Amino acid sequence: MIPLTELGKGNLGVIVQIRGGHGFHRKMACLGLRVGKTVRNMTAIRGGPIVIEVEGTQIAIGRGMASKVLVEAI
Amino acid sequence: MKILLMGNPNVGKSVIFSRLTGTNVIASNYPGTTVEFTKGKMNFEGKRVDVIDVPGTYTLEATTKAEEVAVEMLAEGDIIIDVVDATHLERNLYLTLQLLERDRPVVVALNLWDESKHIGIEIDVKKLENLLGVPVIPTVAVTGEGIKELVSKLPAAAPGTLRHTEEERWCAVGDIVGQVQKVMHRHHTVLERLGDASVRPVTGVPLAVCVLLFTFLVIRIVGEGLIGYVFDPLFELYRPLMVMLGDWLGPGIARTILIGPGEEIEFMEAMGLLTTGLYVPFGAVLPYVFAFYLVLGFLEDSGYLPRLAVLVDNVFHRLGLQRLAIIPMLLGLGCNVPGALATRMLETKRQRFIAGTLMAIAVPCMAQLAVIAVLAGSHGAGALATVFVTLAVVWIVLGVLLDRVISGESPEIFMEIPPYRVPYWGALLKKLLMRIRCFITEAVPFVLLGVLLVNVLYALGVIGFIGEYTAPIVTGLLGLPQEAVGALVIGFLRKDVAVGMLLPLALSAKQAVIASVVLAMYFPCVATFAILVRELGIKDMMKSAAIMIASALLVGGVLNLVL
Repeated sequence: MIPLTELGKGNLGVIVQIRGGHGFHRKMACLGLRVGKTVRNMTAIRGGPIVIEVEGTQIAIGRGMASKVLVEAI
Repeated sequence: MKILLMGNPNVGKSVIFSRLTGTNVIASNYPGTTVEFTKGKMNFEGKRVDVIDVPGTYTLEATTKAEEVAVEMLAEGDIIIDVVDATHLERNLYLTLQLLERDRPVVVALNLWDESKHIGIEIDVKKLENLLGVPVIPTVAVTGEGIKELVSKLPAAAPGTLRHTEEERWCAVGDIVGQVQKVMHRHHTVLERLGDASVRPVTGVPLAVCVLLFTFLVIRIVGEGLIGYVFDPLFELYRPLMVMLGDWLGPGIARTILIGPGEEIEFMEAMGLLTTGLYVPFGAVLPYVFAFYLVLGFLEDSGYLPRLAVLVDNVFHRLGLQRLAIIPMLLGLGCNVPGALATRMLETKRQRFIAGTLMAIAVPCMAQLAVIAVLAGSHGAGALATVFVTLAVVWIVLGVLLDRVISGESPEIFMEIPPYRVPYWGALLKKLLMRIRCFITEAVPFVLLGVLLVNVLYALGVIGFIGEYTAPIVTGLLGLPQEAVGALVIGFLRKDVAVGMLLPLALSAKQAVIASVVLAMYFPCVATFAILVRELGIKDMMKSAAIMIASALLVGGVLNLVL
């Protein structure tokens, strides 16, 4: 289990846990980030936001938030 | 009667809106917020009814200001058209189910229908209709396909009967999607490849540089073209009228205020309410605003802006500026007015304050560039380079400082990056017209007021008075000759005139550099100032102005010591 930020570029992972309150869960769910969903890391910009793909949608997510989304690499 | 268009962001809501409505559309701020929405009219069952393009929202459990507004507006709607992105059915249906739980008649427009087929998604519309219990109409807003049917189904809009808790709702969404949607093999389109290339730094940075150069170029070409071929000739036609009015009024306070003090009528410099007061907003600024909005609309609708935002977020995050903050900065280079207007795109007050202040101080407009070129340029490339390097350093240092000092935080980036799409010209045009109308009705009165105020202050001798009291600062701190005082004071609002007054003083290279930097930094033009007052509020603008003057004096003083 690793944070989304650690998922290497081009790799796939399944979301296993989202650390945060109810509001944070909701916010993530709006753009399709829910436990059980498969995500792909699209970029590896150092320090900046990362771009991921989930359900065919690309999403830009800040590092702080991305580190609270835990995935199992596949 | 009100028909509301609701849906996730980037699903083509505004295109459907522009298909449904006529030319009479207006953008307004939701009371008490900076959230903008658009409103138009359409014919429905023999009556003129309101159509409202509600800000895009992912959920009715509002997490942002725009979403709160969307929820509040929902209460006023008589029919809701829920615009759903057929290519992302699962995410979109969550909002649909929430809308169906609100006892409002709903029709679903399954938009981007063609795109969903392209990428191999098959949706059973009949089954979806049965499961939701409301009409579902596939639409391709860009071509107009399905719009007529959508309108004809409005009377059949029905309130939903489903009720869910949050967890059940996601399950229900999954269940519906499982029943109605089949995904075939998909292949990457050219636009998708371009999309990947524009966020990857290696390819994205050169692409961004090209796009921004192109943007800047278009703004200059269109703006200057409009000035040279449309607005200046129009004002030349207007000139005899002013000459006649001037003769009729004769010398005196009325002529000074309406037309200006001088014998000759120089539209840019006369400072009369009917000369400069009209020329600045219409002849000098409107052309650039038009060009700016033309390009901005295209960049917005094509899907490039979010990619640019991701790309620059890395650098800009350290300046406390996120997301679109680079756009105001870059568009200020040339004319600060579009830049000032663009600060409105920023999410928080803090972001707007930092972007507006930084731009006014360190991003020179054409007039300021001309000042720099004439004053410092006459002393060679070294002097020019010193001015620009100083401005760049000020920009970065001040950005970091403001970020540290001003409380509040800039929210982290979290947004969808929509696929690249070819913009629909009808929606582009409508947006452009709406924004121009907004500029004329909201910004122009402020500019007129600013010109009037300066004019009165000048006529009353207040500006000359300020000059006398600031003389020790100019000579002592900045090391400029006594005669420069008047020029700098005039330059508060008329930089071009200031150059004319400084040139005969035969400044040394050092003095020219200091004068250029100070003139560029210490205050924006009347128009920019007026718009920043509107965007930031008078109190914040005072703070911003204090920062401008203080930093100009500080930097000028430091240059005087080190050069």
